[in-house]
Amino acid sequence: MSPQAFLRRVGFVLFLAVVTAFWALPMLWLVTAPFDAHPGLTVRWPEWTLDNFRRLSESPYAFSSLRNSVLLAGGAMILVTVFGALAAYALSRVHVPGRGAILYGMLLLSSIVTGTAAMVPIFQLMFTLGLIDDRTGVILVLTGGLLPAAIFVLKDFMDATPRSYEESARVFGASPTQVLRHVVLPIARPGLATIAVWALVNAWGDFLTAYILLRDPTKTPAGVVMYTFYSEGGQANLPLISAFSVLYALPVVVLYIFVSRRYGFRFHGGIKS
Amino acid sequence: MTGVPLSSSPIPRRSILIGTVGMAAAALASCDKASSSTSSTSANATSRTVTLSIAANAISGGKSSKEADWFAKYVIPEFIKAQQAKGVTATVSFQPSGVDDEQYKSKLALDLKSKSGADIVSLDGIWVGEFAQAGYIKPLKDVVGSSVTSWEGWSQIPEAVQANAAFDGNTFGIPAGTDGRVLYFNKKLFAQAGLPANWQPTSWTDLISAGEKLATLSGVTPLQIDAGTAMGEATTMQGFLPLLVGAGQQIYANGKWQGNTQAVRDVLTFYQAILAKKLEDSTLQLAAKGRDESFGAFAQGKIGVLAEGDYFWRSVINPNGGDAPMATRDSDVGWAFIPAMAPGKGVGGADYASMSGGGGYFLNPSTPYPQQAWELLTFMSSKAAILARLDGAAQVTARKDVNSEVLSKDPLLSFVSQKVLPLTHYRPGLAVYPQVSLALQQATADVVSGKSPADAATAYQAALVKALGGADQVTTS
Amino acid sequence: MSDHAADAAGLGRPRAAAFMAPALLLITAFLVVPALWTLVLGATNYRLTGLAAANPQFVGTGNITEALSDPGFGWSLWLTLLFVLGSAIFGQSLAGLSLAWSLRSAPKVVKAVVETLVLMAWILPSSVVAFLWVAYLSRHGGTLNAILQTPGTDWLIQHPMASIIVFNIWRGTAFSMLLFSAALSAVPPSQMESARLAGAGTLAQLRDVVFPHIRGHVLTNTLLISLWTFNDFTPYLLTAGGPNHATEILPVFIYNRALYGGELGYGSAISFLMLIINLVIALFYVRLLRERR
Repeated sequence: MSPQAFLRRVGFVLFLAVVTAFWALPMLWLVTAPFDAHPGLTVRWPEWTLDNFRRLSESPYAFSSLRNSVLLAGGAMILVTVFGALAAYALSRVHVPGRGAILYGMLLLSSIVTGTAAMVPIFQLMFTLGLIDDRTGVILVLTGGLLPAAIFVLKDFMDATPRSYEESARVFGASPTQVLRHVVLPIARPGLATIAVWALVNAWGDFLTAYILLRDPTKTPAGVVMYTFYSEGGQANLPLISAFSVLYALPVVVLYIFVSRRYGFRFHGGIKS
Repeated sequence: MTGVPLSSSPIPRRSILIGTVGMAAAALASCDKASSSTSSTSANATSRTVTLSIAANAISGGKSSKEADWFAKYVIPEFIKAQQAKGVTATVSFQPSGVDDEQYKSKLALDLKSKSGADIVSLDGIWVGEFAQAGYIKPLKDVVGSSVTSWEGWSQIPEAVQANAAFDGNTFGIPAGTDGRVLYFNKKLFAQAGLPANWQPTSWTDLISAGEKLATLSGVTPLQIDAGTAMGEATTMQGFLPLLVGAGQQIYANGKWQGNTQAVRDVLTFYQAILAKKLEDSTLQLAAKGRDESFGAFAQGKIGVLAEGDYFWRSVINPNGGDAPMATRDSDVGWAFIPAMAPGKGVGGADYASMSGGGGYFLNPSTPYPQQAWELLTFMSSKAAILARLDGAAQVTARKDVNSEVLSKDPLLSFVSQKVLPLTHYRPGLAVYPQVSLALQQATADVVSGKSPADAATAYQAALVKALGGADQVTTS
Repeated sequence: MSDHAADAAGLGRPRAAAFMAPALLLITAFLVVPALWTLVLGATNYRLTGLAAANPQFVGTGNITEALSDPGFGWSLWLTLLFVLGSAIFGQSLAGLSLAWSLRSAPKVVKAVVETLVLMAWILPSSVVAFLWVAYLSRHGGTLNAILQTPGTDWLIQHPMASIIVFNIWRGTAFSMLLFSAALSAVPPSQMESARLAGAGTLAQLRDVVFPHIRGHVLTNTLLISLWTFNDFTPYLLTAGGPNHATEILPVFIYNRALYGGELGYGSAISFLMLIINLVIALFYVRLLRERR
């Protein structure tokens, strides 16, 4: 191995080591606190116990909230990805006057709707539609807020797919929908996977929308229940919070690995260009 | 309803646009008021089936878990049983929340605004004024009728505590409990510093000199009087307001707020004194989790004197399940009144000062079952029910009969109930209070970062005038 | 935005409209309507409670002028721009790109570990992440102090902006990493191969082969994370806007000035101002994109 190649190798390994350390070190607390009988606000060698998880199982809403999160975030993820892909494809292929301005406009508005100032309009809108205390309502609001950015990103991926493939498919008699399904979507798959994960993580972490719109505790997602592990004076219940965070993060990580393995962020098709 | 006048003369286009937007805004903001019919007090009074719901900021397994469990295990089953005996089928449910108070308040406001929500809602006493002004809650006599005055519990609740559920002369609900602020001190550290175990400062100078003696101990922060904006309402409630009362003024009295007055400057000067002499850890006041850290530090014996509410004793340093449990709490922790600036200088000539809060349960004016909701409310506020809620723990409740039974075994809470409550004060429940509180917090933050009390007071005055939209409700001196 | 892509699949206007309909419907109902409503509220003195809740008054541009004349607003805006520049544009983008690039040739296990760690930082709820970083940066017994051997340094008090910038990089890089991974996968491997065979170094490969393909993605990503970082409230949990307004970025400013007191009208007006600023940033990026064509 030449000295240059060797140095490059060392640099590469060093870079990965620093990166790993940078991301892993702050998470040390999450490794020790959930298993600590009396966790504090700093990292320390824990008094090992699984009691925190047992106490969580006694809380009536801890586990049901995770199920609700799967429903809400999963629903939003599917709607955002499907509708976003359809709209992005249409926008990419067909010239709609002013589409740039519209898309940017919606993107900017989406930053207002995720803020607290919008909670009164959203509540009143959903109240008028009769969708208070309905998980569908939450899914719809979340989807509406996430779609602009999704379309924005997916359009880039749609634009990047080579026209030649579609043209050849058309020559062979495929209908436009078939072209979309069998030619374009597989190529845009990495982009779709990215948006799917992004939508899932955002919906999973939602607090305000779910809190404002839902009343029945059995419908509450984990993003809301996360905030209930405090005492009446606002002191954090660190044993429960740390234990619950592990359970909270786990489904999303598992889902990411699944999506990544199955749909991949790599396109494995044969492109020769 | 809108601030825009409608005229019939030729209107330039811009005014039409502004007018439309203005009307739309007002309409949208109040569009829910359109379809409302005030339910009479006797609506559904003789119904054989009743559906009621209760909302509180509590959740099983999370915040105020005990209260949530009390609803599920005592209130609801017992009430249903009692109704059964009268031949009425009742369905009662509890809507938990368990989140930050501000968020719970917002959700409640949205529900009440749209004339929906639970029949009985738990509110913090300080929200009563603003909710009443917004029309979200109505006086009990308007919702239930004049029969409310004949409830037996009123005679058990002191006037001052009843005022916590009232506004403008009307009572809107039944108070559930109250609290008080005191000075906690570590007797062990006091012994080391040569201070007495039955310490009771009689002036701010006493407090400072005790702090100076404690400063001689290494690794010990003498005082913790909350300051700065990071600690939020705690700064105002545990720090500024008791001191202000001790300097002779209430924050709001006779329709006017304290602006840049002598009393305000006195309080800020006191803060400056303890910070300048390093009797207090200024960094702690700046950190986002500073209050939590101070609790942990006190529990570990690293802070000499801490000003807090009784909840600190029963929920934070409580050796059984407290957030920062102190195993030696009962033997090592002493308590004292917060002193006035000098004896007799407090409001009304008092020697000591304190502030109190507390919440209660209120009726939703849109409840379809006003009489039955009142029945449930009084049931929840009965002696038996409150005893069931406490479940052996000691807490200062609104009722004297309950207090005399449960507080005898807890010396600090007896102290609060018998000695502190008579001289305590409450915050004004007006919508603008949070902004005033923020201005006060900012004033202390300015002092922490080195501004002079005079400058901080001037800045506070400016912020206050801005929040109130004018200087006509502000006192200066 | 890329230029018009020819309708190679023969989609046609009607079908395109049908494809866009569901998304547009949802967006109009659940995004545009509440957002515009919020902006209209910004022209009133509406509060959630109190007299102004029952009888909101129209104040026109009163809220906006009040916000602009608040000396804290300009300072807050400056801090926010710094925050976005440091953590989003230079931080997350570069970190995301370098991670996506390096991990392509890393062993599978290493890739899985690093990706999971970066992702975890993004998934964990804000409240928990706040605890993690308070523990990490703590003055007494903090992990960073233990590693750097700098006991007693209160990072959040002594280096507040740097702390929250680094924090935000840690928190948000996952999205850039995911996006660039996907974007890099579309770069034809044959072109990369030819460049490598022709003796091009890594930098040359990046510049000549990779960048043209991902240019659109770079700008999209930068725009999105700039917007998101601009509106990010999470640093409040670490510093509460302090010490002494040192980290009072605009979302914290809105919270302290308006939302804390329930002044939704004022808060909405400030949101409107932030929208205008975001618009300026977006236009800047569009300009950049157009120029490069």
